[in-house]
Amino acid sequence: MTALLELDRVSKRFGGLLAVHNLSFAMREGEILGLIGPNGAGKSTLFNLINGVFTPNSGRIVFNGADITGERPFMVARHGIARTHQIVQPLTNMTVLDNCTVGACFGRENLPLHRATEAARAAAALVGLDDRLHLAALHLTIAGKKRLELARALAAQPKLLLLDEVLAGLNPTEIEHMIAVIRRIRDSGVTILIIEHLMQAIMSLSDRIVVLNYGEKLAEGAPAEVARDPQVIEAYLGDPKLAAALEGKDEGSAAHG
Amino acid sequence: MLCRPFFWIIALVVGAFVVSPLIGNDVQLRESLALAAVYITLASNLNLMLGYAGYINFGSIVFFGLGGYICIWLVDSNHWPLAASLIATGIGVSALSLIFGFGILRLRGPFFALSTIGIVEGVQAFVENFKPWGGSSGIYISPEVFAPLGGPGPALWVIYFLLVAVMAASLYLSYGIKISKFGLGLLAIGQNEDAAAILGVPTPRYKALCYSASAFLPAIAGGLYFFKGAFIQPSDAFDLTLSTEAIVICMLGGQGTVTGVALGAYLYEELRGYLLVSSTFSNFQLVIAGALLLVIVLFFPSGLMGFIYSRFPRLQKVLE
Repeated sequence: MTALLELDRVSKRFGGLLAVHNLSFAMREGEILGLIGPNGAGKSTLFNLINGVFTPNSGRIVFNGADITGERPFMVARHGIARTHQIVQPLTNMTVLDNCTVGACFGRENLPLHRATEAARAAAALVGLDDRLHLAALHLTIAGKKRLELARALAAQPKLLLLDEVLAGLNPTEIEHMIAVIRRIRDSGVTILIIEHLMQAIMSLSDRIVVLNYGEKLAEGAPAEVARDPQVIEAYLGDPKLAAALEGKDEGSAAHG
Repeated sequence: MLCRPFFWIIALVVGAFVVSPLIGNDVQLRESLALAAVYITLASNLNLMLGYAGYINFGSIVFFGLGGYICIWLVDSNHWPLAASLIATGIGVSALSLIFGFGILRLRGPFFALSTIGIVEGVQAFVENFKPWGGSSGIYISPEVFAPLGGPGPALWVIYFLLVAVMAASLYLSYGIKISKFGLGLLAIGQNEDAAAILGVPTPRYKALCYSASAFLPAIAGGLYFFKGAFIQPSDAFDLTLSTEAIVICMLGGQGTVTGVALGAYLYEELRGYLLVSSTFSNFQLVIAGALLLVIVLFFPSGLMGFIYSRFPRLQKVLE
């Protein structure tokens, strides 16, 4: 399969800090790629580079055959990349439905208003917000706001979805629900790049994992391989026992599947 | 748009403005309503920036003043007919503000607000030194220009109806934008500009278009207003007081609403008229405006409409 997203030696510098350094990787269409690494490893910076909030100092980002390096966020959105934020960014005084309609109106499909409302309802239903369509976004719980982030991104009908810690701050029931939603999104044909600190979740969700440390790629491969990598254990997982447990869990779920 | 009740509510209000001074040929009522129409025009168009896109424009008066100058100059020195002058005025000021807009809309929050004051000061300084527009002493127009409208008396009626037409256009523009995709994008910018851009709203273009659209009708209103007075000078045309009053009106009525801003403008004009003629309060209206603004910001941040909606939530389905 051809690569949907390709990063070629991308670097981003903030003053003296090299946040992302010579990073290259590619994503196939339809896969879930997990992005892990210690705090400050450059994961969120990488998202901001892909969707145009920051411009890389060097390197190229190619999406779906088009060079999108340095394009403004709204142009990137039009290409079919949508994202959620680690710190939720709802359009506070607008309703859940209006939030999603903005996503549908101005995303990849660039729908007219009446058709965007339908797409918005569908996206809200997919994440389970269809009972709160006319509630102002500021009245949602934190779990609700996280779902809204996802619904809004989905309403744009993106090709690539960037998920920045959508599970953080949720309770176990909510996490289970969210994981099910993410699987459903992937099954509908959306490619997903996901940042997550919750190891069990990301190991079981991802087809492949990229590990970042100090802005550089430390490892890349199947979840089981990555969890076994001594460098990854040293830099991020820390505890060899945790790594072993993750590996066991992964093999267990593979046997079930 | 035609099948929505709000469309007809606006039509009804405009109808009342047209008919009521005609009954009994009430010139005093006409003058008061003419001023209300100007206030509604200024506030409604300011609301596009302030209430929809969330950008505080302290300098909305520059559209009004420039409109006045361009229109009077076209009519007086170039002998253009009034209709053509007004259209040219609107287009000219809109185009100019599109250029201003692309420049200053890179700024946000207080920096944008300050730059809008800068534009007023800059334009005023230019006009004061611009000889073809009479410099700081301004332009007088001779009564002859009223001749095509049937002399000074009937001309005042024509100008009044034109002002009401501009007011109607302002209300329909506000409403039309609010229920459109453009309006949704502006509201998203007003809530969280960064999130809006990431969702795909073309923020620089939308902001500049909004700024430019909010200049068109105030410029025409300015043309009519100063044509009516037959005199224009820089200190009247670029008086920041009117800008401030327009902001007070938006806050009073409820920024982002069409009804609230129109209602706020009307009430403010009535209050101002009362304060100006009353012997106790004359020249006191700005103090009242300031106190009013304080009370609104502290106790009714969503203005008159916020208060009405909280009492009668069902009205939200009818009014915009």
